[in-house]
Amino acid sequence: MSFKQEISFTLNGDLTTASIPVHMDTLTMLRDVLQLTGTKLGCGEGECGACTILVDGAATNSCLMFAVDCDGRDIQTIEGVQTEDGLDLLQKEFVEKGAVQCGFCTPGLVMQGTAMLNENPGMSEDEIKRGLEGNLCRCTGYTKVIDATASAMAKTRGEGQG
Amino acid sequence: MTQDFAPKQTLIGQRIPKLDAPSKVSGSARYLQDIELPGMLHGKILRTDRIHARIVSIDTSAAKALPGVHAVLTAADTPGVPLGFGQDNPPLKGDRVRCTRDEIAAVAADTEEIAEEALKLIEVEYEDLPAVFTTSDALKEGAPVIHDKHPNNTPFTYDYEHGDVAKGEAESDVIVEDTFRLHFVTHCCLGVSGIIADFDVEGNLTLYSQTQMPFLYKRDLAPVIGVPAEKIHVIQPIIGGAFGSKLDVYPFEPICVFLAKAARKPVRIVFSREEEFLASPTRQPMELTMRSGAMKDGTITFRDVSTLHDNGGYTSWGATTPFVMMQAFSSLYRIEHCRYKTTVVYTNNPYSGAFRGYGNLQATFAIESHMDKLAEAVGIGPLEFRTHNAQDAGETTLQGLHLQTCGLKDCLSTAADRSDFVTKHAANRAGQDGPTKRGIGMASLFHVGGGAKIYHTDGCGTILKVDDYAKVTVLTGASEIGQGSETVIAMLVAEELGVPMSKVSVINNDSEIRPWDVGVHASRTTFIAGNSAQRAARKARQKLLDAASAKLDVAVGDLDLRDGQVVRSKTGEQLLDLGKLLRALHFREKNEIVVTSEYYEPPSVMQDREFKGNVSPTYAFATQVAELEVDVETGMVNVFKVTAAHDVGRVINALGIEGQVEGGVIMGVGYATREHLLVDDGYVTNPSFRDYKILTAPEIPEVDFAFIETMDPEGPAGAKGIGEAPAICTAAAIANAFYNATGVRMYELPFTPERVLRALKTAAGEQVG
Repeated sequence: MSFKQEISFTLNGDLTTASIPVHMDTLTMLRDVLQLTGTKLGCGEGECGACTILVDGAATNSCLMFAVDCDGRDIQTIEGVQTEDGLDLLQKEFVEKGAVQCGFCTPGLVMQGTAMLNENPGMSEDEIKRGLEGNLCRCTGYTKVIDATASAMAKTRGEGQG
Repeated sequence: MTQDFAPKQTLIGQRIPKLDAPSKVSGSARYLQDIELPGMLHGKILRTDRIHARIVSIDTSAAKALPGVHAVLTAADTPGVPLGFGQDNPPLKGDRVRCTRDEIAAVAADTEEIAEEALKLIEVEYEDLPAVFTTSDALKEGAPVIHDKHPNNTPFTYDYEHGDVAKGEAESDVIVEDTFRLHFVTHCCLGVSGIIADFDVEGNLTLYSQTQMPFLYKRDLAPVIGVPAEKIHVIQPIIGGAFGSKLDVYPFEPICVFLAKAARKPVRIVFSREEEFLASPTRQPMELTMRSGAMKDGTITFRDVSTLHDNGGYTSWGATTPFVMMQAFSSLYRIEHCRYKTTVVYTNNPYSGAFRGYGNLQATFAIESHMDKLAEAVGIGPLEFRTHNAQDAGETTLQGLHLQTCGLKDCLSTAADRSDFVTKHAANRAGQDGPTKRGIGMASLFHVGGGAKIYHTDGCGTILKVDDYAKVTVLTGASEIGQGSETVIAMLVAEELGVPMSKVSVINNDSEIRPWDVGVHASRTTFIAGNSAQRAARKARQKLLDAASAKLDVAVGDLDLRDGQVVRSKTGEQLLDLGKLLRALHFREKNEIVVTSEYYEPPSVMQDREFKGNVSPTYAFATQVAELEVDVETGMVNVFKVTAAHDVGRVINALGIEGQVEGGVIMGVGYATREHLLVDDGYVTNPSFRDYKILTAPEIPEVDFAFIETMDPEGPAGAKGIGEAPAICTAAAIANAFYNATGVRMYELPFTPERVLRALKTAAGEQVG
């Protein structure tokens, strides 16, 4: 049951080591072992996207990834998104465009949006919608989430107002 | 004057980001799931795998012996006091189980894994009993009795009547009658249910709870757990969605308390997603038969409705949805003669709670389907027919609901104009080639807009303090469930006191320091808590202006508060910093602090035994127009646009209200087109997001909205409630659009491809297997 493995990886820019039971998923490691509770458990089955993190830059459902597979990787969680000056561009857009209600899905959406923004800030609205498909939100009806993501992309492209 | 001062700015109607949004986007907002107390144990509940059975024996000895287990409880270890609106639901079931979710034992252990392991070691012996899964079967002679107290399986009936339906029938030129079938759906809050119970050494109980009604919660919980209400302290962490699901007390909550008491340690219970689907409330399913008529000139003559509500195995708030449904039947449009009879029937299905709209989605689906049928039968367009029957402000409906303001006609015309309804409706009906048929349909709604007086008070308290630095702290009874009440309350207070939003903080999560409130329901928070906060702020404002007047020797009437300053109201000239005024008041002149309080009680009444009386101080109206495509070969329904015109009294936070409408409409589209909690002989067969589909980002229609500002004289700044309304009439508009596209009417939700194809083939006279 409790065979443990030593792993080391980059977590939000810092080298981190942990001794992790081999059966543990990454989400549980983040929340219960490393006390990073910003990443949410919505379903534990890879269906809702609330647990999305970036693994080597790629948006990943942390509930479906074994923690030991973080070894040697670059992991970014919601706690690593903000800058020294506070909220980053996408987070600010989420706040200002009203993309947050109960907020439980929000960290996952921000991580998904961050991956999309890094990959291609030139996405069309349809591409943004498809990109957000794996993240369920019950409150907002997605419109303002899409607006916030599009606006952050426009600003990244240097177009000012999104 | 040498300086120009900005004219008075108003916050009302601005786009103000939610106060809690920064903490939520950064992951620092702390939800129940994120709270871990020192020494905290993890609780798990054993739920029955039977539908209806007598419990012969429960053996917990192996579970108790498992290392790491601190407490194992069955009904024998608890007081056995039942909970819920019907008080028919013991937290742990001792002798009998009545539906699939039933709780029969609970474990507290060092880890969730150990607790789950322990559950597997509990042995239960059952003797199965005959079960019943439909309301009609449950009403049959000799049907299995679910609760001995109710040998006919009918815990509640409701009868409402105004006018004389027989007279209405006689006056009718056309009469239509249909039976509508409404299905199980569930809330799907992204944050699952949970609770932490923590006793101190003196027996005081702290609950970290997601409840929407912290004060009634204490009252309802106290007798069940045997802890006096005054010893219960409710802290609400950030709540990951509610939509009505957290309006009652559920078995897991007292169970967690029992575990904490037995283990003498704090205990947390958090559901799995599967458990959330199986054991959190549903929207009340029902069979609804409606008969209604109209005269040739387009006047509705009567509405005669009967419903059979599937109550499931126990009674929660779902059993009271007829209260809200009857308001829609009696008062959505001018109805001279109305009758509504309903029977709430026990079955062995899951039981229902409150869910955004509270029965009104089901009622409106039928009403507005019939409005289109009647309009067609008398040869009048859907818009004209509705407008002809719509009320005006100042009317009192025959249920006694007084429409101080009424924007229904404006909602109808605005939604129709913005969507080009009349032209499109006629063009679609003229016939369309190809397998993809376009349709457009409209539906309106009527709902309470400022609470519903179902208790002797429907009020909310506020305590407000302005500190030495003009920082304003508002202690409100109202709870934040993501809907944005916190921000609206802060805006109303900032507006009264002339301070920036950054100077206002709202405390809304601790029952020890907040004044009383009914809870978040009936679209009441902006209206009731907003009025309460605004009035508390006005008292503080008066105190501040009086003090400033004395200090400055300027008449109170010539002073105003703006931008954190006392100013001359005509010119805006800044006379005194508000912080300085407060410090002077406190330290020197009067040794006074500025603290005010308010308990706002709306001018509504409890209804009489005939369910008549003005239950809410104001009412919400809206019209939504849905546009869709039906693929008649695949049965796929694609709703691509919804135009929503809502009478909201007045917009307070534009950003927040848009979010309520967009989110509500999308929930309504999901209800109409795909969401379905499948219950097969009492078992929930799709307890995951894989099989229970809520809409995803690529699937949403465009949502166009317009707000009709009727400036309610009782509302805070003129506002009415908006929380529930956006979800209420969407399904009905979609049903009418479906008919416009295909010429076939659907009487059962949701419009899944299989059901659509079946309806189209049946209508075409084809054999359906």
